[in-house]
Amino acid sequence: MKPRPPTGRRLANLVVSLSAGASALIGIVILFWITIIVVIRGFGALNLAFFTQMPTPPGVGGGGLANAIVGTLVLTMVATLLALPLGLLAGIYLAEFGGEARAADYSRFSANVLMGMPSIIVGVFAYAMVVVPLGHFCGYAGGLALAILMLPVVTRTTEDMLRLVPNTLREAALALGAPRWRVILAVVFRAAKAGLITGTLLAVARVSGETAPLLFTALNSPYMMTSLGQPTPNLPVTIFNYAMSPYPDWQQKAWGASLLITGGVLALTLLTRYILGERKR
Amino acid sequence: MSKAAQASGTEGLMPTVLKVFRGRRSKSATGADKSFRWLTLGCSLLVPLMMIAIGLELVLTSLPALKHFGWRFFFSQEWNPVLQEFGAASSIYGTLVSTLIAMLIAIPLSLAVALFLVELAPPRLSRVVGTLIELLAAVPSIIYGMWGLYVFAPFMSHYIQPFLGETLGFLPLFQGPPMGIGMLTAGIIIAFMVLPFVSAIARDVFSLVPSVVKEAAFGMGATTWEVTYKVTIPYGLVGIIGAAFLGLGRALGETMAVTFVIGNAHKISASLFTGANTIASTLANEFSEATEPLYISSLVALGLVLYVITYLVQMFSQMMLRRMYRSWSVGL
Repeated sequence: MKPRPPTGRRLANLVVSLSAGASALIGIVILFWITIIVVIRGFGALNLAFFTQMPTPPGVGGGGLANAIVGTLVLTMVATLLALPLGLLAGIYLAEFGGEARAADYSRFSANVLMGMPSIIVGVFAYAMVVVPLGHFCGYAGGLALAILMLPVVTRTTEDMLRLVPNTLREAALALGAPRWRVILAVVFRAAKAGLITGTLLAVARVSGETAPLLFTALNSPYMMTSLGQPTPNLPVTIFNYAMSPYPDWQQKAWGASLLITGGVLALTLLTRYILGERKR
Repeated sequence: MSKAAQASGTEGLMPTVLKVFRGRRSKSATGADKSFRWLTLGCSLLVPLMMIAIGLELVLTSLPALKHFGWRFFFSQEWNPVLQEFGAASSIYGTLVSTLIAMLIAIPLSLAVALFLVELAPPRLSRVVGTLIELLAAVPSIIYGMWGLYVFAPFMSHYIQPFLGETLGFLPLFQGPPMGIGMLTAGIIIAFMVLPFVSAIARDVFSLVPSVVKEAAFGMGATTWEVTYKVTIPYGLVGIIGAAFLGLGRALGETMAVTFVIGNAHKISASLFTGANTIASTLANEFSEATEPLYISSLVALGLVLYVITYLVQMFSQMMLRRMYRSWSVGL
């Protein structure tokens, strides 16, 4: 015979178990609710013109967001080019040289704090550093803001990924007489390649939908960008402006852009999870 | 010495080769190693430097406004760009209240999700559900805003707010017309956005509690709830507090979703159904239109307030989480 706890305790347990299941369900429902709405409302806006044509004034109809799509790609690329080398090198120090040193500890701590810093604050910083001296909004400021947001993500994932590489590989390379820097760049990096790519993709996914740091740095523009010294059109701020506008055709464009961004970010995130899953196996 | 080396007559060469190699290594290679090490150290110090630079820049830019208004800046509700009169009270109040609503919902919800993932769900289901919950964190803030404004706010005004008005309407909190947008809606959406961050750490905490400890309690006849409530949560309390503060930091600074649904009104009102604003939403709405130096400086001063609050919250959270991971990796 199995001893069973008295009814009251069993009941409490049942209630808690059910509400735990319900909580998980709420999370999933919200996720699907958002994705389904974005797909339904955004799908109608996506056509060839959306990707190839320039925006039209409200009410005119037609047109697309080619400039914003290009602008977002360029801004993300600029941010990646700035943050990736610095983040990789910083990660190398933390994993290979730093250890428990105070400098490494402080850097790790700051990276975690910076990751939790509201992105709009980083926007204010980029505004004060770039927009104020130059006297006008520009793409450089937007790229800088995104790069600052990427830096701690790349740094921490690089450290984590390099730490997964077994020490025997390093020892073998050192024993062959290779200097530390070659051991790291040629051997450890190669062993951690998949992880490093994943980390980069995660960082890109994180910043490509960021709106707040671009609002008053890159701003937005209805024209195709010609240089980063000018206000740079981009998808997130376009979504914000169009969604807040009273024009139905602009709102529909905003949904189309939302679908593009959400689809891109979720796909990148799932891809990184897949790569990491493959590695663990 | 290998037979091949003997046969080819390279035996005598080996010491020379070694000497050459060692010589090369001690000069150029260690020099390169040293500079490489300094280079990486420099890059890793860039992160804390950035942190300090952001703080300094915010202080410098907000000084004019803080000097002009003094302490009044933090306690005045007045926000009038035309008269150049700025006070942060309503933004600070809105930030705190929307965060409070969010945390009241998000913490129990996240703990329940973590409990489900670790203790209740079978492993395969747990993996799928865990991935889906994590994807919630990947959805950009502005998408929550779009969904919040066009889908969730109408849902609130049709179902949730009338219901709250009827049942709890005697409280000033739930009085007023159910417009959908406002403080309550913003708080609930922030809760959904914070949920994946808190539950991910809570999940770690729950699964890091040694199974021996849990099994001992199960062996005494405790139910899953009793084990969680009396063993797992007390055992992992430091980590759970750390997770909660991490979520708190995120909730305080949440910008785009809030800007869409909070209604952006510079006033403090008792009802959660009316429009309000937060520090982040004020910045998002007004920064690109501000031209006068005092206006910009006041906005940056708002940013400084947010920076200081989130920095302290994040710092506390990191300390708690570090304490947990340290003591657990060493102590057990």
